[in-house]
Amino acid sequence: MKVLILGAGQVGRTAAWHLAREPDNEVTVIDTDEEILRDLQGRIDVRTVAGNASYPAVLEAAGIADTDILVALTSSDEVNMVACEIASALYRTPTKIARIRAPEYTSQDRLFAAGALAVDVWISPEQLVTEYIERLIQHPGALQIVDFADGRVRLVGMLARKGGLLVGQQLRTLRDHMPNADARIAAIYRKGRFVPPEGETAIEEGDEIFFVAARDNIARMMGEITRTEERVRKVLIAGGGNIGFRLARALEKQYQVKLIERDAQRARRIAERLEATIVLHGDAQDEELLIEENIDSTDVFAAVTNSEEANVLSAMLAKRLGARKVMALINRPTYGELMENRSIDVTISPQTVFIGTLLEHVRKGDVVRVHSLRSGSAEALETVVHGTQDRSRVIGRRIEELALPAGAAIVAIVRVEQVIIAHHDTRIEPEDHVIMFLADRRQVDAVQRLFHSE
Amino acid sequence: MRSILAVINVLGALLALFSAFFVLPVATALIYGETAELWNYLQCAGLSLTVGLALLLLTRRYRAELKPRDGYLLVSLSWLAVTLVAALPMMLGAPHLSFTDAYYESMSGLSTTGATVISGLDSLPHTVNLWRHALHWLGGMGIIVLAVAILPLLGVGGMQMYRAEAPGPVKDAKLTPRITETAKALWLVYAGITVACMIALMLAGMGPFDAVCHAFSAMALGGFSNHDSSVAFYNSAAIESVLMIFMVIAAINFSTHFVAIRRGDPSAYRRDPEARWVVIWLAVSILLLTVVVYQSGMHENLGATLRQVAFMTISMATTTGFVTADYSTWPVFAAMWMLFLTCVIPSTGSTGGGIKLFRALILIKQFAREMFLLVHPQAVAPLRIGGQVVANRVAFSVLAFIFVYFISIVVLTFGLLLTGMDFVSAFTAAVSSMNNAGPGLGLVGPATNYGVLSDTQTWICTLAMFLGRIELFTFLVLFSPTFWRK
Repeated sequence: MKVLILGAGQVGRTAAWHLAREPDNEVTVIDTDEEILRDLQGRIDVRTVAGNASYPAVLEAAGIADTDILVALTSSDEVNMVACEIASALYRTPTKIARIRAPEYTSQDRLFAAGALAVDVWISPEQLVTEYIERLIQHPGALQIVDFADGRVRLVGMLARKGGLLVGQQLRTLRDHMPNADARIAAIYRKGRFVPPEGETAIEEGDEIFFVAARDNIARMMGEITRTEERVRKVLIAGGGNIGFRLARALEKQYQVKLIERDAQRARRIAERLEATIVLHGDAQDEELLIEENIDSTDVFAAVTNSEEANVLSAMLAKRLGARKVMALINRPTYGELMENRSIDVTISPQTVFIGTLLEHVRKGDVVRVHSLRSGSAEALETVVHGTQDRSRVIGRRIEELALPAGAAIVAIVRVEQVIIAHHDTRIEPEDHVIMFLADRRQVDAVQRLFHSE
Repeated sequence: MRSILAVINVLGALLALFSAFFVLPVATALIYGETAELWNYLQCAGLSLTVGLALLLLTRRYRAELKPRDGYLLVSLSWLAVTLVAALPMMLGAPHLSFTDAYYESMSGLSTTGATVISGLDSLPHTVNLWRHALHWLGGMGIIVLAVAILPLLGVGGMQMYRAEAPGPVKDAKLTPRITETAKALWLVYAGITVACMIALMLAGMGPFDAVCHAFSAMALGGFSNHDSSVAFYNSAAIESVLMIFMVIAAINFSTHFVAIRRGDPSAYRRDPEARWVVIWLAVSILLLTVVVYQSGMHENLGATLRQVAFMTISMATTTGFVTADYSTWPVFAAMWMLFLTCVIPSTGSTGGGIKLFRALILIKQFAREMFLLVHPQAVAPLRIGGQVVANRVAFSVLAFIFVYFISIVVLTFGLLLTGMDFVSAFTAAVSSMNNAGPGLGLVGPATNYGVLSDTQTWICTLAMFLGRIELFTFLVLFSPTFWRK
């Protein structure tokens, strides 16, 4: 598939990297900054074109004429929209995806209806990250919560702690604890190592557990793994950028929200637009300010500034000063790995959050969702099974009969509207959405080959 | 000098225009066959027209676009000049007042105060009574606003004049792209509601002449009546109810009325924080004062107490000053509370006086903000009223206004004390005049009138009414050296 990416910013580069990783894709990237392009070309296998991403001549030079998917990810909403319009009007590009951040545009549904703007799909990374953090705050015990099948199924990552009913028990006792609510442990990590979740495996304190369940069963299942956490009441957000502002606005009705912003003018602007949030002008790494604002009684501290270093430092500081749970927005995966010693409870990677949604639209055939887990070493993905029984290696077979690579497990199936938690004897049918956990990301190819119908 | 002549040029046009307003009393004189009054008012109209045209012609060479600072001079001068012209017929004809009293009566009318020096209102010619009420009605929405609406010559520079005259701290809100259209829209809404009020009063049992007078008076939140005993004369619950409703309407910003009528959508009132608070404060005050007055054993009947308290509270709080009960016999708390309300109840852009509810809200919010900042020293806390952010500059000017406002009351009170008046009368007269309410306590209580004052005292009250109507700064700025510096 030929993919044309406009903009080589952080999001554009990550998208290029993810798409170029798949052998069938031919990726071209357009950006105005030649230096960045040269650098990008040295790292990943893409073609680059320098120039203004919305000029027809530049688009043509990048091969828009036979491009299958246009992904407009420049920092300007307007350039992204115009590029989509031009691609549609001049080159009849089949699929056009644009990053649109301003809620002033995205709140207008009619703008993106058929016959209006030529944008087939809009993605707002800020909104995705905001929703992601919101979910984590609603379930304070979780380290990671990702959606599959439009949110009908969720995969939750969390730490096993004393007080959880299942802690110290073998996995097969789960059925006795929760006879009705169906859920399944997808993976256990003990001291950083993957432990296959068998019926006899016992959960120990400190284990990192991933489980899948239908959305409504999440809260109960979390109670199995750790003692029920108190509800979050006080939230402190560091950084009043796009994400911080949206987050405050989404949370301020339910929680007591404070927001720290370093820039005086920006602080004023957002203070005028937020209603219940207390906006503070200052530095989130300022110990005095944090103490003054009662960091020790804060339930969640979320560092979402533009600088990931600042996020790491302020989150660590907040944790040391007594915040119950700290989160930091981190772009570089390696930083995330540094955090494994739990000085930061949750790290959030906007790219990972964003890529899952992007891939859902880019990968035409089979894979509709990809979520990167454990800083990218593991993956969870959602695949649609196509084909007929005689042309597919999976359809009509029981899960235990499939030749899945080691460490890969089918954890749930969504059949039409119904959520089925996978068991060894579950049969796979055509058009099933199969949700898999891959302990090792490199198994993706083997899995995709298995599911590919001839 | 050049700019003063340019201002006088516009003033001439205004006086010429004002002569047209004499149509109302002249028509009344014709209807009721009051020939003496007919000649008197025709002469005064002629005089106004002649002087106006003379000024206009003499200074026509200096005609120029007015600068913002000229607006202050024009508004102050035109109010003083129009008041003078309006006073003439009451000196030359019935009731043959002295210059001091006529000027006072005229200012009380135009500033919508509604305090009178005339006794025996019931026996005055209809023409004179109509003239007094017509002055209320004109002063309510403002002479300049009317002039902007119909005089093309103010045209582009009209916004400055409008700003200098329109009451309230936020004056940049234009309803329509053109200032002339905005002024026209406000006057249309004003006139429309006035007609509605007249019809409602007639349905409630008032005669047509009384209905016209009281509608003018109620909509301007003035308080003149053509009866010595004011609204008590009718002793009618229906009339009182109609007046209460229209006084509350007139105490709400006319821009809000305009938006609500234009869009046919009453939710405009819900979005206007002032409108909401007018209703809340009035309701709470009425309940509170009913309990206070009933407790004092003044009236044995709770229903009658509620009726009198409700009418008097609304009448005083909206700075109207109609009277149905002698509140000076009520507990002092009740009387002082009503006087306090005159300061704060009327909205920005209504026809009432006082410091305006919007300024009071800003003061309260600013207080809350200071408290909040003590707890969160690094917080960024914009001052917000009804979801709208109020700029710091506006907040500061409001604080300055309120300060100067209370200083003015103190100075005026001292001035009255100096003339030998007792404290209660002096203080309440100063407050009541500044707020364009009318009745006070003591010498100037609801059962008496301002006719008892000495000439000096009358002039002090005249000044207070003038200052209150044009909101201090428009006039006081003329005394600052920077205003006159080139």
